Amino acid sequence: MDMRKYYALMLVATLALAGCGSKDDDDELTEGKGGSSTAASAPAAALGTASIAGKVTLTGKAPNAAKIAFDADPVCKSQHTGTANDETVIADAKGNLANVFVYVKDGPNTAAPSTPVVLTQHGCLYSPHVFGLQANQPLQIVNEDGTMHNVHCMATINDGFNVAQPTQGMKTDKKFSKAEVLVKFKCDVHSWMHCFAGVVNNSFFSVSGTDGGFKISQLPAGSYTVVAVHESYGESQPQKVDVKDGEAKSVNFTFAAK
Amino acid sequence: MNDLNKTIYHVRLHRFALVTAGCTFLLLLAGALVTSTGSSLAVPDWPLSFGKFFPQMTGGVLFEHGHRMVAGTVAILTLGLAITTQKLEQRPCVKKLAWTALGVVILQAVLGGVTVLLHLPTQVSVAHAGLAQIFFCLIVTLSLVTSKNWIGETPRRLTDRHSSLRRWALWTTFLVYIQIVVGAVARHSGAGLAIPDFPLSFGSIFPPEWTPLVLLQFAHTRAGASAVLLLVTHTAFRFCFHYPEEKGLFWPAATAGLMVWLQCFLGILIIFTQKAIVPTSVHLIFGAVILAAMLVLTLKSSQLFRTGTQV
Repeated sequence: MDMRKYYALMLVATLALAGCGSKDDDDELTEGKGGSSTAASAPAAALGTASIAGKVTLTGKAPNAAKIAFDADPVCKSQHTGTANDETVIADAKGNLANVFVYVKDGPNTAAPSTPVVLTQHGCLYSPHVFGLQANQPLQIVNEDGTMHNVHCMATINDGFNVAQPTQGMKTDKKFSKAEVLVKFKCDVHSWMHCFAGVVNNSFFSVSGTDGGFKISQLPAGSYTVVAVHESYGESQPQKVDVKDGEAKSVNFTFAAK
Repeated sequence: MNDLNKTIYHVRLHRFALVTAGCTFLLLLAGALVTSTGSSLAVPDWPLSFGKFFPQMTGGVLFEHGHRMVAGTVAILTLGLAITTQKLEQRPCVKKLAWTALGVVILQAVLGGVTVLLHLPTQVSVAHAGLAQIFFCLIVTLSLVTSKNWIGETPRRLTDRHSSLRRWALWTTFLVYIQIVVGAVARHSGAGLAIPDFPLSFGSIFPPEWTPLVLLQFAHTRAGASAVLLLVTHTAFRFCFHYPEEKGLFWPAATAGLMVWLQCFLGILIIFTQKAIVPTSVHLIFGAVILAAMLVLTLKSSQLFRTGTQV
């Protein structure tokens, strides 16, 4: 009996499983497992003119970034002439820390944009490594590689999913219905691939760049709690900020290297 | 299995059972590697892999789909073994055992598929791990009872002074299985390193806080490991001491007695290496070997003491 016949037999024998599958095929993750309220359930607030900007820095010696060995997949290896480092901690000599998700924790809900946030898999790496999106905003996950990936979303408040993207150019659309910071994505085919998403109920978030800088714009006047979250160092101490219309406030965050 | 002397030995059947047992052992190793390398969900669909019968074997797919391939081979072998047993074997209980093994391997395949489709729920993953050991035991049992030594065993003059060893072997086998299942629960619930140090627990004899994961890890690595180490060593020593001439008892006992110490060493190594792939995977298959050795010891002692003319 060859493998095809065997698999066909297995398929018949396990038809009962058809109803036991996960909700992975659903494009919308409509039900979460508790957690904060959905953006859709609250009236959307008008955008304002205030802004909060600042820097995220790392004190102490940043860990040496591990070099990624792409040997597990010749397609991945062929796309990297030099070396690539793990992106978990990216800090320059001055301690400026990149890839930190900064958001207004108690900001008013805003309408979720219909424009999708695009997460690409290119060169067997996720891009961007850390990104933000709103609850109920479309997320489009694209495989730009000529090899297969699986997109394993390890959400805990929203429903996780694990979808296959075996062919180049394949796109998968998803949505998260609830706020959740941070949601981890990983590829189990390529163990080095992982990235994080901050899902929030408003548009008041930013991700620090390689200079550690971030800026949150269009805030309505008010008193807010701003938080920075790093995939490895966790959540910072929250900072209270009062802003008036048109005002630009500065807030800085510091993480201690482990 | 009672009327042993009326049973005909079929070398073909026995060899078939041995080959199936060998492949099942490889299947256990392949399964261990899937979890150890974090490849359990590298292939998100089932029964196909990325919609194909044979996907590109890269990265985690090599481990996950490789496991499926070995599992397929074992299932086919088990089907063949059941048919061959039905044709050649006279003992009804052996026939039943072979068909039970086939049923178990099918159920095992379904559990494997379900755990992938449901994203590794602990209960299903543990059931998959536990049933794997039961299946291995069934195939080992088939290999044993179809062997020439088992079928041709003549009544022995074994003293009944040590007949209580049968019970020791039985209970030790049971404890080893329980320890394996507790280990599977710890592994699949992420409790493997809940206590990061050894031999102390967070610097103390007992952990300062008993969270469910800490309790689980403590139960497997301290309480369970100590109990298994003592019981297997004690049982193995008694068998080796009293029956050094009985190869059917001596070798399984010696194997279990030796490997249980290596197993503890591997367990410690897992903690110190932060669950490195090699010690973690070898730990799993050593557990299977100890269980199989204890099972053979139990079955063999049961046969010898029962058939023996007690003096």
